[in-house]
Amino acid sequence: MAKKKETEAIFTPIGIDSGNNGQIEKSVELPDPTDKSHKDLGLSDEDAVHMFEQMFLQRRFEERAMQQYQKGKFGGFLHLYIGQEAVSTGTVHALNDDDDIITAYRDHGWGLLRGVSPKSGMSELFGKATGCSKGKGGSMHFANVKEHFWGGYGIVGGHIPIGGGIAFANKYQENDRVTATFFGDGAVDQGALHETLNMSQLWKLPCIYVVENNGYSMGTAARRHTVNEIHERAKGYGMKSAVFNGMDALTVYENMKKIADEVREDSMPWFVEIRTYRYRGHSMSDPQKYRTKEELKKYQEIDPVERMKTYLIDEKVAKKKDLEEIEQRIEDEILEAIEFADNADFPEDEALYEDMFADTPHFHDRK
Amino acid sequence: MAELQFREAIRDAMDEEMARDEKVFLMGEEVSEYNGAYKVSEGLLDKYGYKRVIDTPISELGFAGIGVGAAMNGLRPIVEFMTFNFAVLAADQIINHASKARYMLGGQLNTPIVFRGPNASAGQLGATHSVAYDSMYAQFPGLSVIYPSEPDDAKGLLKSAIRNDDAVLFMESEQMYGLKGEVSEEEDYIIPIGKGKIKREGDDVTVVATGKMYHIAKQAANQLAKDGVEMEIIDPRTIKPLDIELIVESVKKTNRCVIVDESHPFGGLASEVGFLIQREAFDYLDAPVRRVSLPDVNAPFSKPLFDLWLPDAKNVIDAVNAVTYRN
Repeated sequence: MAKKKETEAIFTPIGIDSGNNGQIEKSVELPDPTDKSHKDLGLSDEDAVHMFEQMFLQRRFEERAMQQYQKGKFGGFLHLYIGQEAVSTGTVHALNDDDDIITAYRDHGWGLLRGVSPKSGMSELFGKATGCSKGKGGSMHFANVKEHFWGGYGIVGGHIPIGGGIAFANKYQENDRVTATFFGDGAVDQGALHETLNMSQLWKLPCIYVVENNGYSMGTAARRHTVNEIHERAKGYGMKSAVFNGMDALTVYENMKKIADEVREDSMPWFVEIRTYRYRGHSMSDPQKYRTKEELKKYQEIDPVERMKTYLIDEKVAKKKDLEEIEQRIEDEILEAIEFADNADFPEDEALYEDMFADTPHFHDRK
Repeated sequence: MAELQFREAIRDAMDEEMARDEKVFLMGEEVSEYNGAYKVSEGLLDKYGYKRVIDTPISELGFAGIGVGAAMNGLRPIVEFMTFNFAVLAADQIINHASKARYMLGGQLNTPIVFRGPNASAGQLGATHSVAYDSMYAQFPGLSVIYPSEPDDAKGLLKSAIRNDDAVLFMESEQMYGLKGEVSEEEDYIIPIGKGKIKREGDDVTVVATGKMYHIAKQAANQLAKDGVEMEIIDPRTIKPLDIELIVESVKKTNRCVIVDESHPFGGLASEVGFLIQREAFDYLDAPVRRVSLPDVNAPFSKPLFDLWLPDAKNVIDAVNAVTYRN
C-alpha cells in the first residue's frame, strides 16, 4: 500500500491539490460577464433577438441530433457543442461575414451559423449525399468554405497551423480579412499550437487563436492536463491576449469585436481564452465520471440560451410569446431537416472516387 | 539543351513558376537569407523579396501546416524541407491534412502545395538522416510523389508539381544537387506527372530505378554491357502515380526484371512493382522478379557498414545475374 501511495504522489499532476484528498479542483474559473447592454455594444434589438435565435438553433439541432444518434439513425462520433453556443454566436456577430473561421471537431454550431442549413447539416450527420460535405466528412467535418467557414478538423491541434496559413494567405493577398482559429483546451498541450503562435507573432499574421476552454480535455480536467493559466502562454510569445466569459453571448461579442477590429487595424495576432462549459460528454460514449453532477448543474443555471432569452424579456426587447414563436419555428425546421435527411439518398457508389483530386485524378491500381 | 546542375534545374523551375504566378512562394528553413542550405534557392530572395522567399523557424509541423492553410486560401506554396527526414515532424500536416482535407469536406477546397527537399541518405549521417520516404508517402491516397534522377526530369516535373492543384511531394538528393545534365531549353518545359521514361534500351533485363538509384543502375549497366548483357533501365520518375504500363511493356520484351529501391524492403516501390508484374506479365517471366533495396536495418554510421547497407552497382549486377541465370 505504502508503495502505491508513493507512486501516486510522483505522478499526481500539480493541478490537483494534494491537501484535497485527490479531489479535482474546479476546472474553470469563470470571469464576470459584461454589464453592458446590447445597445451599449452597438447591437440593434434585431441583432440581439437574432443571437437568441442562433443559439436556440444550435441547441435544438444538437439535442435532436443526439436523439437520432441514439435511435441508431447514424453512427461514428458525435461531439456536441451544447453549453458553448454563446462562443460561436458572439463571435460570428463580431466578425465580418468574409472573415475566416476554422475549428476542431465540435463544429456543428459553427457550421449552422455560417450557412450550413439544418437540412444539409443533418444530412451530413446521416452520411447522405445532401450533406454539406456530401456525406464524406460526417459530424467532425462540417464546412461551408464559400461562407468562409473552413471546416471542422479531427486531429487535436492539427488545424491550428492551417488557421495560421489561412491568415498568412489573407495577409499575402492584402485583403483585410481576419481569421479566427478555434480549438479546445486539450489542444493547448499540442506542439502545433506553440509553433504556430511563434510564427504568427514573427510574421504578424492577422489571426485570433481562441481556446474554447470548456474545462475538459476529453475526460481530463483542465487543471490536470495543463499548467498555469492558459491565456498567459501568450506572454512567452509577446502576443496580445485576453480571457473572458464564454457563457454570455454579449460578452463574447464585446471582446471579439474589439479584438477583431484591432487585428484588422494592426495585423497582429491574439491568443484568447474563452471560458465555457460543455454539458454533454466528450462524444456519445462518455460516462462522465470525471465531474460531479453539481458542477454541471451550476453551469446549467447560467445557461447561455436561457440567459439571452431572459435578458431579451427583462429588457423588453422581445415578448416571451415572440420568442416562443421563434423557438417553435426552429423546432419545426429541425424536425423537417430530420425528415429530409432520413429520406435523402446516400451517396452513389461512384462518389467513393469523387472529390479526391482537384487536378487530374489518379488512383493506384483502380480496376 | 543547356548543361545545368540538378540544383540549378530546380531553381530555374521555381524561378520560372514564381515569375509566372504571383501566388507561388517558397518557404522553409534557410531558404531566404542563407540562400538555401544546399544553395537550391540561391538568388531567389534578391529577385522576389522577403514576401515570397520566407525563412521559417525550425518548426516543420507548424510551417507545413501554414503552407497547407495558405494553399487552401488561394496561394501555391512551395514548402522546402531541409530533408524529408525532418518532414516526419510535419507528417500530420502532409498525411492528415494536405492529402485529406479536400475529400473529407466533399471537395469544397483545394490544396495546391508542393513539399520538396532531399530524400534518403547522403553519406554517413546516421540513422535519423538517411531514410527514403518516397514509398511511405505513396501509400497515402491523394498525394503525388516525384523522385527524379536527372536535372532535366527535375525541371519539367517540378514545374508540373507547382502547377498541380493537389498536394505533391517532390524529392531530391543532397548527393545529386551538383550532378550535371542536359536540360531542355524549350520555353515552359513541362513533363507530365506519372510518366516514366526508358533511360536506356536493352533486351536482356528490365531494371526499374529512380532517384539516386538510377545512377547505381546506370553504373551496373555500363559494367554488364562489357559482358554483353544489355539492361533496359526504366525510370518511373514519379512513384505515384506509377507508370506501371511502361514497366510491364518492357518486362514483356525482356522477360526479366530487377527493381532497385532506396527504401527498406517491406511494402516499398519494389514490392508493389514486383506484385504488379507477376499479375500483369506472369506468362512472360523467365525468372522470379528480384529487388535490390536497403536491408531492414537502420543506417549505420561506420563507413564499411554504411557501404554494406546502401545498394550499390555490385548488388544490381548480382541481381541481374540471378534473373539471367548467369551465376
